[in-house]
Amino acid sequence: MLEVRGLSKSFNGFTAVDRVSLSVKRGEIAAMIGPNGAGKSTLFNLITGHLQPDEGQILLEGRDITGAPPHRICKMGMGRSFQRTNIFPKLTVFENVQAAFISNRGRGRNFWARSADLYRAETNALLGSLGLRDQAEVTAGELSHGARKQVELGIALACDPEILLLDEPTAGMSAAETHETIRLLETVAAERRLTLLFTEHDMEVVFSIAQRIGVLHQGRLIAEGKPEVVQRDPNVRRVYLGERR
Amino acid sequence: MSRRVPWTFIVFLVALSVPFLGSRFHTFVATDIVILALFAMSLNLLLGYTGLVSFGHAAYFGIGAYTCALLMKSVAAPFLPSLLAGGLMAAAFALVFGFFCVRLTKIYFAMLTLAFAQIVWAICFKWNDVTGGEQGLPNVPYPELGWMASLPLLDGFRAGDHFYLVVLAIVAVCFAVLHRIVDSPFGRVLTIIRDNSERAQFVGVNLRAYELAAFAVAGFFAGISGALFGIFNRGVFPDFAYWTKSAEPLIMTILGGAGNFWGPAVGAFAVIVLNQQVTSYTEYWPFVMGVILIILLFVFPAGIVGTLAALAARVRPRTKSATLVGPDVVDRHA
Repeated sequence: MLEVRGLSKSFNGFTAVDRVSLSVKRGEIAAMIGPNGAGKSTLFNLITGHLQPDEGQILLEGRDITGAPPHRICKMGMGRSFQRTNIFPKLTVFENVQAAFISNRGRGRNFWARSADLYRAETNALLGSLGLRDQAEVTAGELSHGARKQVELGIALACDPEILLLDEPTAGMSAAETHETIRLLETVAAERRLTLLFTEHDMEVVFSIAQRIGVLHQGRLIAEGKPEVVQRDPNVRRVYLGERR
Repeated sequence: MSRRVPWTFIVFLVALSVPFLGSRFHTFVATDIVILALFAMSLNLLLGYTGLVSFGHAAYFGIGAYTCALLMKSVAAPFLPSLLAGGLMAAAFALVFGFFCVRLTKIYFAMLTLAFAQIVWAICFKWNDVTGGEQGLPNVPYPELGWMASLPLLDGFRAGDHFYLVVLAIVAVCFAVLHRIVDSPFGRVLTIIRDNSERAQFVGVNLRAYELAAFAVAGFFAGISGALFGIFNRGVFPDFAYWTKSAEPLIMTILGGAGNFWGPAVGAFAVIVLNQQVTSYTEYWPFVMGVILIILLFVFPAGIVGTLAALAARVRPRTKSATLVGPDVVDRHA
């Protein structure tokens, strides 16, 4: 599904991502972990086209997407959420999700139709499955942090992705919200046969749903494999798990 | 729920009645307001809807004005085709300039729009053979509107009144088209670019393409308003493309409220009427305008329309909650 080969990126001499290679199979739930500053977000920004890699290749279902602009990568079936909640704060929840349907399906070129009635059924169905139905008419910027994260997930899902990259989907959430969000992600991924690649700081979350885990440290992928294997890896224990607690 | 008041229709009727009820002076001021309202509304497609700050919108106003005036004066072309040509020429230039501008962001975008506008101004100012240089193009002919005198009710009117009614009709059509555009899927994409351009890219929006399209559409309507203004003014001058002219629609839009569709039109009305009133008392009109702007920016940052809308919203839910949320409903939630 997604294959990354020897990806590198440096900023003013600081190597943020150093020759990282990884692959995610269709339907897999994969996690990328690592201490703060390990390069997780940079890696995501490289894969989604927000940053250009210095070296390496990114393949999405065998097609080379290295250096393609974000809007094109999005239309090729990749969705993403951001670490800092990234929604359209002045629009209503309904409009947030509906706008994603409109742009992803290329209807934005239409100057003359009425936007209000477009994708009404699809938007309502998606809001329903995210538990946002009652807040559809609320201005998105006024929602609680957890609900805004849900809206962002809605925006990502409206693009009908095959692979979803989630940068810290539970950042800043309470334990209960985290639990709920992870449940939701699991159900959604199963229903839509989604491939998931996410970063997360909460180890409990990672080991509860990830089928495969990659560990980044100082820009390099130091371990990769099944959760049990990664957990036992001496390198990982030293630089990461040990350091956390 | 009370029925919505058809404000747009009421305002249109009031505007329509100006030549019937008011003096020649009133019609003159009303023409000024209607034309500049279109100019400000065209800017708001960028400022209020796409989140792009242009400091050079006068370029397209000027290009529209010169194109239409040249066609009508030198070639004696009829009014409507010349007007349309003015809009299209402005849009074409907006496409070319915009192609470079949308590659930059924020203040760099604004500065580049200003730079292009100053180039347009310099060309208008110096290209004596075509633009008349510093002297501009005086004596732009009025459109042939004699036929309007044969219409019922309009026979007693002067040419200026006829022209006002034509301007009003054209601007009304432009407003309807603009309204349709901001309500369209295209308009919705513009608002998500304004709200969060990073996120917009990752729902599949090609930022530059949409910004460029918005820039060209805004240029078209600025060109139309410039063309109308050139005729109204009986001449076009390099000032039309000067940077102070770019500030006018910005001030009108901010004063009226950039967040609202009708904000810029209300702002145009307020600026021009205030200008008329204040200049009759004092020559320090710009001083008064400056003070008004400062107060507005601090006290009512949402502009006239934004503030009124917020007031209306505060009055309405109170009546609504009184009828809908009775004590039993509150109990059930508690």
